[in-house]
Order: sequence, then C-alpha cells, then structure tokens
Amino acid sequence: MVETNEKVIVCKNMVKRFGSFVADDNLTFDVYKGEIFGFLGANGAGKTTAIRILCGLLEPTSGDISVAGCDVYKQTEQLKRRIGYMSQRFSLYEDLTVYENIRFYGGIYGMDAKVRRQKTDDMLEKLGIADQKNRLVASMPLGWKQKLAFSLAILHDPQIVFLDEPTGGVDPVTRRQFWNLIYEAVEKGITVFVTTHYMDEAEYCDRVSIMNNGRIEALDTPQRLKKLYQAENMDEVFLKIAR
Amino acid sequence: MNRFFGFLIKEFRHILRDRRTLGILIFIPIAQLMLFGFVLTNEIKNINMAVVDYSHSDLSRKLISRINASQYFTVAYPSASENELPALMRSGKIKVAMVINRDFETEFINHQRSSVQIIADGSEPNMARLVVNYTQNTISAVLMDQFSVKPELAAIKPEVRMMFNETMKESYNFVPGLIAVILMLISAMMTALTIAREKESGTMEILLASPIKPIQIIAGKVMPYLLISFINICVILLLGVLVFGVPIKGSLLLFLFECTLFILVALSLGILISTVVKTQMTAMMMSGFGLMLPTLLLSGFIFPIKNMPVVLQVVSAAMPPRWFIAMARDIMIKGSTFADVWFPTLVLGGMTAFLLLVSARKFKNRLE
Repeated sequence: MVETNEKVIVCKNMVKRFGSFVADDNLTFDVYKGEIFGFLGANGAGKTTAIRILCGLLEPTSGDISVAGCDVYKQTEQLKRRIGYMSQRFSLYEDLTVYENIRFYGGIYGMDAKVRRQKTDDMLEKLGIADQKNRLVASMPLGWKQKLAFSLAILHDPQIVFLDEPTGGVDPVTRRQFWNLIYEAVEKGITVFVTTHYMDEAEYCDRVSIMNNGRIEALDTPQRLKKLYQAENMDEVFLKIAR
Repeated sequence: MNRFFGFLIKEFRHILRDRRTLGILIFIPIAQLMLFGFVLTNEIKNINMAVVDYSHSDLSRKLISRINASQYFTVAYPSASENELPALMRSGKIKVAMVINRDFETEFINHQRSSVQIIADGSEPNMARLVVNYTQNTISAVLMDQFSVKPELAAIKPEVRMMFNETMKESYNFVPGLIAVILMLISAMMTALTIAREKESGTMEILLASPIKPIQIIAGKVMPYLLISFINICVILLLGVLVFGVPIKGSLLLFLFECTLFILVALSLGILISTVVKTQMTAMMMSGFGLMLPTLLLSGFIFPIKNMPVVLQVVSAAMPPRWFIAMARDIMIKGSTFADVWFPTLVLGGMTAFLLLVSARKFKNRLE
C-alpha cells in the first residue's frame, strides 16, 4: 500500500436520477493515490452508474466530482486521457488478434508507435503470451481475455483505472493471477477503483465502500469494517449491510 | 489524426476478417444486376412465329422479312395455314402467329390503314402482352419506312397499350433503381449494423471512455463502406454497359457525383438509425423494413409514382431513392446535364445535411 494524502477522486454529494428513479443518492467519498479502492454492492445498487459518471460516460444530476484533477462535467476530454476503463463485458474485439487489439488501443490513446511497440512486447512477455500474439481473441480462454483487457486498460499509464466487475465467471486461481496484475499496476503508481461481487476480493482492497439502494452504507478498511460489524469476514459484513 | 487512422485500420480489419460478409457485399450487387437484367431483357428474344399470308403482296413479304430480321422474332413457319395454328401453339413450337388479310396491301395504299391479326399464346399472359406489343411496334416501323407515314396513322390495332418502345429504353430503368437498392443496403444497413455491434459488445463504452472523438468514430465507421459502395457502383455500371448495353448518355462524372451524394444520404441514414438502436437485431429490422421497402415500393423503382394515391406520392417525395432514381435515369437515358437535375441534387444535399445534423445531436459523447 502506497497510501499518500493526494486525492485522485474527490466526490461530493454525487446524485444521479433517471426520471424518478434515484440510482446514486448523495455519494461522498475520496480515493487516494496508489490505493485499491473496492466498490461493493448488490446488483442494482448503483455501482455501475457511479463508475460511468467517474469515467465521464454519464453526466451526474448534481454533485461536485473531480477525477484525476478533472471536473466530470466540463473536462471530460482531459479526463479520458488520464483514466483507464475496463467494463463488465470487457473491451476486446473478438475478431481481431491479440496484437491487433493492442495496436488499436495504443492508437486510440494516441500513443507513439515506438513506445507502443516497446510496451506491447513487455506486456506480451509479462502475460506469457508472446507466442500467441497472432491468435484471434475469440479463441482465447476467458481468464486470458480478462488479463489482456486489464493490461490494455493500463497500457497508456493512466492515473487511475476503473475496473467494473473484472473477474466475473473465472476460477479462483485465475482470479488470483488477475489480482497479481492489479498489485503490479499499483506498484507502478496506478490507483485502482474496482467493483466486485466476490467478497474474498474485497479483502484484497485497501479500503472498501459498500453500497445499498444507491447509498454508501459503509466505507473503511476491511479490518475496521469487520470489527465494526463484528464479522469474521467481508462476506458477513456485506450480508449485514445489504441483507 | 493518429487516433483516427488507428481506428480506420481497425474497421478495415473487421471487414476484411469477415470474408463471408465482404463476399456477400461484393457479390450481391452483381447477382441482383444479372437477375434483373436477364429477367427484364431476355423475355423477348427470338420468339418463334408462324405467319399466315393471304395477301402475298410486296408489303406483306417485306413485313415478314423485317419481323424475321428483328432480334425479337424468328419466323419459323412463314407460310402456315390457319388450321395448323392451334396445334403449333399447343405444342409450344410457336408463341405467336400473324394472319395477313388478302387486301392488306390495297387497303393500306387506299386508306392509309390496314390490319393484321396477331394471335398470341394467352397461357402466359405477360409474355403474350409483350409479344403483341413487339409485333405491333415492328409492323409500325416497317410501314413507316415503306411509306414514311407516322405510326399513328398506320396503326394496326390501337387497343393494346404500349409497354415497351422499340428501343427498349424502359428495360434499363432497373440499373438506377438497383443502384439505389444496393446503396441503401450496404451504406445504410451496414453502417447501422457496425455501430450497433460496438454497442452490443460493450466496446462502444470503451471507445467513449477513451480520448477518441465521436466524430472520428463515425467517420471511421463510414469510410470503409463509402469505399465498398463506390466499388459496387463501378461494378454495376461496368456490367450494365458491357453486358446489357445500358447507355450513359449524360456525363459520367455527373453521374458518379450524384451516386456519391446518394451514398452520403444513405450513410447518414445508417448513422441516424444507429443512434436510436441498441442491438444489431433492431438495426437490421429498422434498416430492413424502414429503408428497403420504401426503396423498393415508393421510389418509382418498381411502381410508377404517377399511379400512386396522392398521399403516397407525398410520402414518396420524402424518400431519398425517389429523387436519386429519377435523376439517375435522366442522366443515363436522356443525357440530362446538371442544369436539368439541380433540383433533385439540392433535395438530396438538403437531406444529407438534415440527417447529419439530427444524428450529430443524437450521437452523444456520453452514454444514455
């Protein structure tokens, strides 16, 4: 944990309404540079809406929100350059090869060709798929796709990366490997904002917030939350809050 | 710019990787052209005819040889008897018979009008009508040559409507119509589909969360299909000219310019559709039913606009293909110049501007 006092996300009173439905009700939290911030909640609790607002994909109804020093209402252009995003359905083109996907992402983030090539080699080496770079993504196992998608989301060295349920549907071993990649990213100074369903993953986070019905019900380190709710593990904490 | 080219390369990769779809996009126009072309032009070619000539005059012989010389008929039985005709027709040896009266020539010389009887095989009504018309036209032509009288005066049997004129001009009407159909299909439908696919697979979210601009996304999506559509037009024109002898009497440059304008209309329609749909399925349905049917039915491609109820005529004025088809016909067949077609050009240009404006307002930088 490389915790500092520098804030990457400042979110005050974030509200998002869709008609009469309130998806996010007055969310207030800060995310510090270099931490892994877990964003937990049941389905429909408003996590994805919040993450989309933080990425500049949705405009909030009200609230003062800045991400990586950019205002989410007005400075979305700069904001998008400074963040990485991996969605639930991840982000790869199945009909393109591994190499072509990397090239494409490097391109849309405006990376220099030389830098991109170097990074591509490093990344393929690290993932151990250098020999598979001409393979179509469609034919790869899910776990590999997720690792590749994550590596792409941080290819342009963002200040913060948003991961929306990145590990859905894979086995615990693959999930563990995925988290090793996350730790490596944190060591490079990237802040990680992650939503998940898996409570064992919540234990890996520096701090977690737990949402229920559009509100943040709890926000602290996993240890303190367990103490506060007199629970053995995060699973119990979560059940006590979300019921 | 670097961003945009990266995106464009990706789009070409998508298209080139899906060889089957690409094959269909290139092949379908050719297949349609061949189908329309041969169905429409080969109906009347070397039809077997029997002639019962009671006249035995110079004029009747001239008529017979002219008919035989035409590409439409072969006089297989030049001196048949009337009794034979039913059997010949039943056995399919002839499709049409002509009976020339004894006083055919004298009537004509004395009264400037005369008559022959044309008997066609009514079991194929469309064919029969065509055959009758072609026979009439050929006869008129002969009489006009012979006596330099106007065809109206020398009319043989005025009760049948003219469907085809002797130069068969109508038959290449299908080329502009076909171009309109194909451009709608490829430009509008494929554009709508490719954008809907990004939405469906979730990659649109990633694109919108990246620094690439929506205008770059749209341009990158549209450009490959602009290219494919343009290739299609060239193929259709080339085949039309080489295989079917379609004339391009007007300026080829003007024609290609109008085609490009129409492609732009179709592409903007595709973009507009893609801004309102979320899945490829709805994109397909909307462009299929929303664009193809009006293109086929309300554009004047198949059914003449003049014969429509007034309400539909008004509706058809809102259909881009209607303007394009009429204009393309004029340029190809009548040799119209820009001065003749400035109005439809203006209409199509206005439609493009309007559609792009609406889609730009709808295509948001953010997700909704």
